[in-house]
Amino acid sequence: MVQQLSSQFLHLTSLLSVETVTPSEGSAPGGNWAQAFASQFLGFLPGWIGLVLVMSVVAAVFVAVVPLVPLVLVLMERKVSAWIQDRVGPMRVGPWGLLQTLADGVKLIFKEDLIPPQADKFLFRFAPYLIFTCSFAVFAAIPFSQRILVSDLNIGIFYIISISSVVAIGVIIAGWSSNSKWSLFGAMRSAAQMVSYEIPIGLSILTVIMMAQTMSMEGIVAAQNGAFAEGEPIITLLGVEVKGTILDWMIFRSPFTFLAFFVYFLSSIAEVNRTPFDLPEAESELVAGFHTEYSGMRFAVFFIAEYANVFAVCAIAATLFLGGWQGIIDEDQFIPGLLIIFGKTFLLVFVMMWIRWTLPRLRVDQLMNLCWKYLIPISFFNILGTGIWGLFFREDSALSIGLSFLIISLFVVSILGIVFNSFGKLKPADQTALAGNIGAANLQKLKTTWNERHGQQK
Amino acid sequence: MDWTQTLFWFFFAMTIGSAVFVVTVRNLVHAAFWLMITLFCVAALYVFLKADFLAATQVVVYVGGILVLVLFGVMMTSGKLDLNLKLERGQMISSGIISIALLAILFLIVRRTNWQTAETQFDSEGTTSSIGEAIMGEFLLPFEVVSIVLLIALIGAVLITRKEVKKEDAA
Repeated sequence: MVQQLSSQFLHLTSLLSVETVTPSEGSAPGGNWAQAFASQFLGFLPGWIGLVLVMSVVAAVFVAVVPLVPLVLVLMERKVSAWIQDRVGPMRVGPWGLLQTLADGVKLIFKEDLIPPQADKFLFRFAPYLIFTCSFAVFAAIPFSQRILVSDLNIGIFYIISISSVVAIGVIIAGWSSNSKWSLFGAMRSAAQMVSYEIPIGLSILTVIMMAQTMSMEGIVAAQNGAFAEGEPIITLLGVEVKGTILDWMIFRSPFTFLAFFVYFLSSIAEVNRTPFDLPEAESELVAGFHTEYSGMRFAVFFIAEYANVFAVCAIAATLFLGGWQGIIDEDQFIPGLLIIFGKTFLLVFVMMWIRWTLPRLRVDQLMNLCWKYLIPISFFNILGTGIWGLFFREDSALSIGLSFLIISLFVVSILGIVFNSFGKLKPADQTALAGNIGAANLQKLKTTWNERHGQQK
Repeated sequence: MDWTQTLFWFFFAMTIGSAVFVVTVRNLVHAAFWLMITLFCVAALYVFLKADFLAATQVVVYVGGILVLVLFGVMMTSGKLDLNLKLERGQMISSGIISIALLAILFLIVRRTNWQTAETQFDSEGTTSSIGEAIMGEFLLPFEVVSIVLLIALIGAVLITRKEVKKEDAA
């Protein structure tokens, strides 16, 4: 039953998308499928017009479908935050408030388009387009399943880094052209943060590139497919061939990639300007940061781009470190890759939201210290370690996976030991507060100091 | 006309046109905006040269890095952003002479170089691995020297900009 359903779903997705060459055949499809499609169905037109038509249709489908992800994410953010804060969240529009973001979107479309009179009108209008384009161009290189991939670029992940680095320019232009102090300060902070945190992101990605020995996203996914089992099924379970294990995922392949995953994840939270690194839009200081002066649909474009970025960095993390669209079992027979990568990505997005609604905001100096004094040295250490690891374990993959699993478990156990040890040294009141919420612990401390200073008893 | 050629001429026109705007526009931030367009179009021209790695590097280094730093520099030094750029008459003459001399040198170089035409077929392997092999093999020493020079520049910049922490400040 499940297999029947999944095969039907696969048929649907293959209708929607394109036939790409499977990575095992070893050639990059480039833009060939579009050319093939054009020559097959639009042969009566001169060659390049058909190609442009096909590309435009793909782009249109892309632009129509991908913004649905931010719509879901905005609702998810509101529901998760409500859940963490003991509320119910939006409940009025649709069942359980499911249509709330749609209603908000309609409202934003109908709002008056305000441009501040002193603003630089051309750049003020241009900035949202730039940010939107760069955020969504990233999706062109992310493989969502064996079949759903717009283009398997040879320089895949490097293309993603380069395109997403342009967002900083859009932020600066938006902040400057608004002609407002809040916008400018927000833009400066945001750009400084993005430029700084791009370094640990790039270095962490480099460790994965070193392990996979390719920059193509398809190649990186293929490199996580059964290095342990050499592509052969290990066991057959209930008629399903188990091809690889979780240990084939990049995150468990060496202790250094394990560290690199956390460095990447932390830095990507900073890259998309979310709490605890949300200084660029710190509400209590800067109103709303670089998009303070924007209203209506232009504001919505920033908002959508922000959530598209969140989704993109999590999808990249899932692709690079967590095996991409492939599950533990052979995806063609069971669950389609699209569902698997969406599951992994939404899990990471949930962790990001969890962090956002739990932790307080960092100060500017703490932010820069974390980046330059901790994350970047750790990343350099990772690159050195990955090189040495690759040198020693190039041949014996079973030994390397076993050893890395051992080191990672020791590492995790020692970290947990340190955490529990320091937890045991706290006062009982702080312990209970910390177990519930870190914010509550701070509140408790504030209350005690207040009481001590003012000599008041509870 | 072939569609690649159409695209090539489009990017060619965009590169030249936006570069003209970079130097004629009075507003510094507008100039940075047009510079961004120019750098993007140069990256596109690299793609036409089948240099995919170089194109991405162009975007990441020049647009994502240097242009951001240029904007930062403008915002931090001038104090006011709506700085209007104007040329004095004396500058006009000297800058004109320098530009014409540069143009002549470039023209001579372009004419005298023995350009090698690449094969028209796209190499699906890309250029990344050959660039990597060249840097790590044949050009290892220059690469290391350049990286040490950059490191020295980095440390020097930190040393210059850093405020000395006096003891009474720290206490």
